[in-house]
Amino acid sequence: MSSSIESLVNKEYAYGFVTDVESDTIPRGLTEETIRLISAKKNEPEWLLDWRLKAYRRWLTMTEPHWPNVTYAPIDYQAQTYYSAPRSVKPLQSLDEVDPELLKTYAKLGISLTEQKRLTGVAVDAIFDSVSVGTTMKTELAAVGVVFCSFGEAVHSHPELIKKYLGSVVPYSDNFFAALNSAVFSDGSFVYIPKGVKCPLELSTYFRINAADTGQFERTLIVADEGASVSYLEGCTAPKRATNQLHAAVVEIIALDDASVKYSTVQNWYAGDKDGVGGIYNFVTKRGKAQTNAKISWTQVETGSAITWKYPSVILQGDNSVGEFYSVAVVNNRQQADTGTKMIHIGRNTRSTIISKGISAGQGQNSYRGQVKVLPKAEGARNYTQCDSMLIGNACGAHTFPYIEVANNTATLEHEASTSKIGEDQIFYCKSRGLNAEHAISLIVAGFCKEVFKELPMEFALEAQQLLGISLEGSVG
Amino acid sequence: MTVPYTDQFAAFSANGGGEGPAWLPALRAQAFERFSALGFPTTRDEDWHFTSVTPIAERTFKAVKAAPTALTLSDIEPWLVDESWQRLVFVNGRLEPALSNFSELPAEVQVSTLSEALREEPEWVKKHLGTLAAFDRAAFTALNTAFMQDGVVVRIPKGEVVEVPLHILHVTDTQAAGAAVHPRLLVVAEAQSQLVMIESYVGLGQASYLVNGVAEISVGDGARVDHYKIQRDSLEAFHVGTVQVTQGRDSIYHSFSYAAGAALSRTNVYTKLVGTGGEARLNGLYVLDGTQHADHQTFVEHLAESCASRELYIGILDGASHGVFNGKVYVDPIAQKTDGKQTNKALLLSDKARIDTKPQLEIFADDVKCTHGATIGKLDDQALFYLKSRGIGSDNARALLTYAFAAQVLETIEVDALRLLLERAIFARFTNLALE
Amino acid sequence: MLKISDLHANASGKEILKGISLTVNAGEVHAIMGPNGSGKSTLAQVIAGHPGYEVTGGTIEYDGKDLLDMEAEERAQAGVFLAFQYPVEIPGVTNAYFLRAAFNELRKARGEEEVDPMEFLDIMEEKLKLVEMDATMMQRSVNAGFSGGEKKRNEILQMAVLAPKLAVLDETDSGLDIDALRIVAGGVNALKRPDNATIVVTHYQRLLDYIVPDSVHVLAGGRIIKSGGKELALELEAKGYDWLLEPAGV
Repeated sequence: MSSSIESLVNKEYAYGFVTDVESDTIPRGLTEETIRLISAKKNEPEWLLDWRLKAYRRWLTMTEPHWPNVTYAPIDYQAQTYYSAPRSVKPLQSLDEVDPELLKTYAKLGISLTEQKRLTGVAVDAIFDSVSVGTTMKTELAAVGVVFCSFGEAVHSHPELIKKYLGSVVPYSDNFFAALNSAVFSDGSFVYIPKGVKCPLELSTYFRINAADTGQFERTLIVADEGASVSYLEGCTAPKRATNQLHAAVVEIIALDDASVKYSTVQNWYAGDKDGVGGIYNFVTKRGKAQTNAKISWTQVETGSAITWKYPSVILQGDNSVGEFYSVAVVNNRQQADTGTKMIHIGRNTRSTIISKGISAGQGQNSYRGQVKVLPKAEGARNYTQCDSMLIGNACGAHTFPYIEVANNTATLEHEASTSKIGEDQIFYCKSRGLNAEHAISLIVAGFCKEVFKELPMEFALEAQQLLGISLEGSVG
Repeated sequence: MTVPYTDQFAAFSANGGGEGPAWLPALRAQAFERFSALGFPTTRDEDWHFTSVTPIAERTFKAVKAAPTALTLSDIEPWLVDESWQRLVFVNGRLEPALSNFSELPAEVQVSTLSEALREEPEWVKKHLGTLAAFDRAAFTALNTAFMQDGVVVRIPKGEVVEVPLHILHVTDTQAAGAAVHPRLLVVAEAQSQLVMIESYVGLGQASYLVNGVAEISVGDGARVDHYKIQRDSLEAFHVGTVQVTQGRDSIYHSFSYAAGAALSRTNVYTKLVGTGGEARLNGLYVLDGTQHADHQTFVEHLAESCASRELYIGILDGASHGVFNGKVYVDPIAQKTDGKQTNKALLLSDKARIDTKPQLEIFADDVKCTHGATIGKLDDQALFYLKSRGIGSDNARALLTYAFAAQVLETIEVDALRLLLERAIFARFTNLALE
Repeated sequence: MLKISDLHANASGKEILKGISLTVNAGEVHAIMGPNGSGKSTLAQVIAGHPGYEVTGGTIEYDGKDLLDMEAEERAQAGVFLAFQYPVEIPGVTNAYFLRAAFNELRKARGEEEVDPMEFLDIMEEKLKLVEMDATMMQRSVNAGFSGGEKKRNEILQMAVLAPKLAVLDETDSGLDIDALRIVAGGVNALKRPDNATIVVTHYQRLLDYIVPDSVHVLAGGRIIKSGGKELALELEAKGYDWLLEPAGV
């Protein structure tokens, strides 16, 4: 049995190739000059450069957090490269002008940017290292007033929205990695859904790290105006490299009154080899603010990265607002994940749901860290948390660190957690019905993750299925 | 910055604290040095995240004056609970032989003060004292180790089953106002022995003092220790207590911690399951009001195969009180077949009450079954309505449901007289009725 | 069809089966009865290939093959079916998906085409009626949250769909009320064919009022201490097991 588990969890990383493109890469190191250089390359207005510099100066005063349950060698921030872009990418180019080499890269990743083969119903913004390569379906979206473009483009086309909302949920002073991102972020996606508009397409950003020794620092900002709704997906891959690469992203979501935002992630950065050499350090700050009757839902399937440090959170500011967090985190070999969520209940009758499924295999260490905080004014707040861990093999670990802080007596909180090994009796039951061990395990794992997978949009549910090497067909409904 | 208690430690060392076998003053000095290096914990310390000990740290509690107590047996009678229990009574940190009575314990069972034990069996004491309760990362334990005085040493020989409960009663009265006492308890229950022990703390008169207790308990192979800790200190007092247990093969350690007293209290119950098949049951009830703050931290280390741990902590918070529960379960890679279950529930009776809870699992073995659950809320509206629809008035319905909430954990108390005492106390606290 | 010879098996180092011999031919129904702890369930589990039991001696021949040499799933694919005493819950996996996966595995093993979900739905419709189960049961997770009776009926449903050659019912009657018992037994009887065989493991004679056995065997202390016709079951009902145990030295 253990050999079939091993073959199941030790699948080869399929996205580890490198694209050979000529890049415009700035020298290593981080100083004010680096920031001015990045800002100049993007032809940014003065106010944005000022904001970056403020973030940088703040970052200099901060120390890297060491409370997560992960260990890694010290990061030399001066040895990193903070900007790298394919030379062929021109500002505001149309998709027809995109370098065929880049189109091929995305095609290999299963993302077709060319007109004929695009996924129906999905608009894609493709980010390659530090810049956006192009965004599909722009015309269709423009027809209903939806703005979906690269962050760099939005700075010029919608400065008033960027000025108003940038840093409004995750201020640059929030934490060490958020401050670093605010100083050096190069690109990312911007979404604005106007009042009352239900976005007709799924919006998707595909992040690809290609260049060596280069960090990716993207920044995503999603604003759903009153009564608007949108479903947004992101995917991430990187080549196999023997050195660790830094990915420090920030995602901010603003859901105004009665708006609804669903944000899904399938994170499959390179995880390093079986001995823990190489892989992405994934240090991400994701947070949304929900106003009256608004809803923000995070769904994540985290299978990649050497180290994952992320806590997609919701500030339940408005009355009756809703926050959700659905997560599957898989660690294998030497991977370490410290992930979870924060639900901050401020408004009345705010509700939050947390479903976290952790799977640990090999020598992987998986930690759930979550905070549910009910402030004194949050009358009638409710939270339900369930976090389950499954252990495959005897060299891995599962940890849960929930923080529950309640300062209102009308709040109701329920928290359940369990850890268990994959059930021998379940495997035997399946085998006695004719299923082999591998099929039995994939079935049981799929069942274990079902509550999260069913939250993913169709296209991503399929990708998640492939990622876990399991067949979900029909078992997820 | 000057280290608090430096002068006191020097005075103590010069005047009695330096006595005993040579290793003891060395141990005290080492502990005080550690305390000086650590300082009092702050909320930046993960283990003290929700509890600020500033009220303790910002003042210097003096040493208790060695004055004879005026208390008589009738003064302490209400706190004896059951006449048949064997008892050691401490007043302001000192054993009062006139108030104590443990003559009916089996002759084989050794119960003595720390100083007696040090005189009679220094080597045996050396082997155990301070070896379970490590102070390298625990400032309060270090402080206790530096200043401990009239401790209790209990040794139950192999196979000895002590039928009658042993009650260790710590009374603190106004004589100890502004002072600190550092009670110490060492229990060694050898293989197949059994002991039921009640460790209770009461305050007479409203005085502000600090109790900083440390208990070290070794439960041998196949042995069983039932340990009830009843904390009813003065509402102006501060109480910090650490229980560190080590459990042998197939042993049972059953702990119940009741906290209703003190302005600020912190109770640590730590056990290490080092032998296979051991079982730890850690239960507790905290009932708070006013501006009281009570923090419980449990830590179960599963260090051997096939051990079980069961935890149930219940909190009832009224007024502007603040409850904290932090339960940690660690499962070592070798601790396969671990079966762990932790539950904590809190009831917030007022809109000013607060609860912070952090149940934690750290699991490094795969063939385990571990769960934890936490619920926080107010009384169930449905149940209230049900009672009211049966003609029970609103206040009584609330009181009954509150009592029922506490009863979930009170029923785990196996000493009848004690269970009855606490049931009555809770019932009287929340209803105007008496419990038959 | 099935020939068990001098079978010995251990669980956790302790010998449970101490030399069982039993021959079951096509078309037959055998009942295995016995007091608690006699090894009845162990025998059922060993036939199905549970990894928790170690076979220390003897052979099991099934359709001319060495059954003990086969993995649990190979036995299932070859037509052996165990109705579990305690059916296992698999949260998150629908009954429909699970059963179709099993059905297709068996078809693949026979070199037949797999069926798609729509075809499978048609097959299911008829089988559901047999055990008086509602179609909505198919969308619930395998056994999760099922009542005891529902779990047992679900086992018989699986048996109906997988159409085994050799069915072993392990205490399928325990915990059932009379209505559920009637449904379960009705299902078993309806599935009976001249080319298949059934072993019914039970503690109570009651089930045998509905499923009439050709032979009854009394298992005690890990051995078969008496075999007889269906009247033996009635005798056991009336007299208990003690009159057999002592002479057998159990």
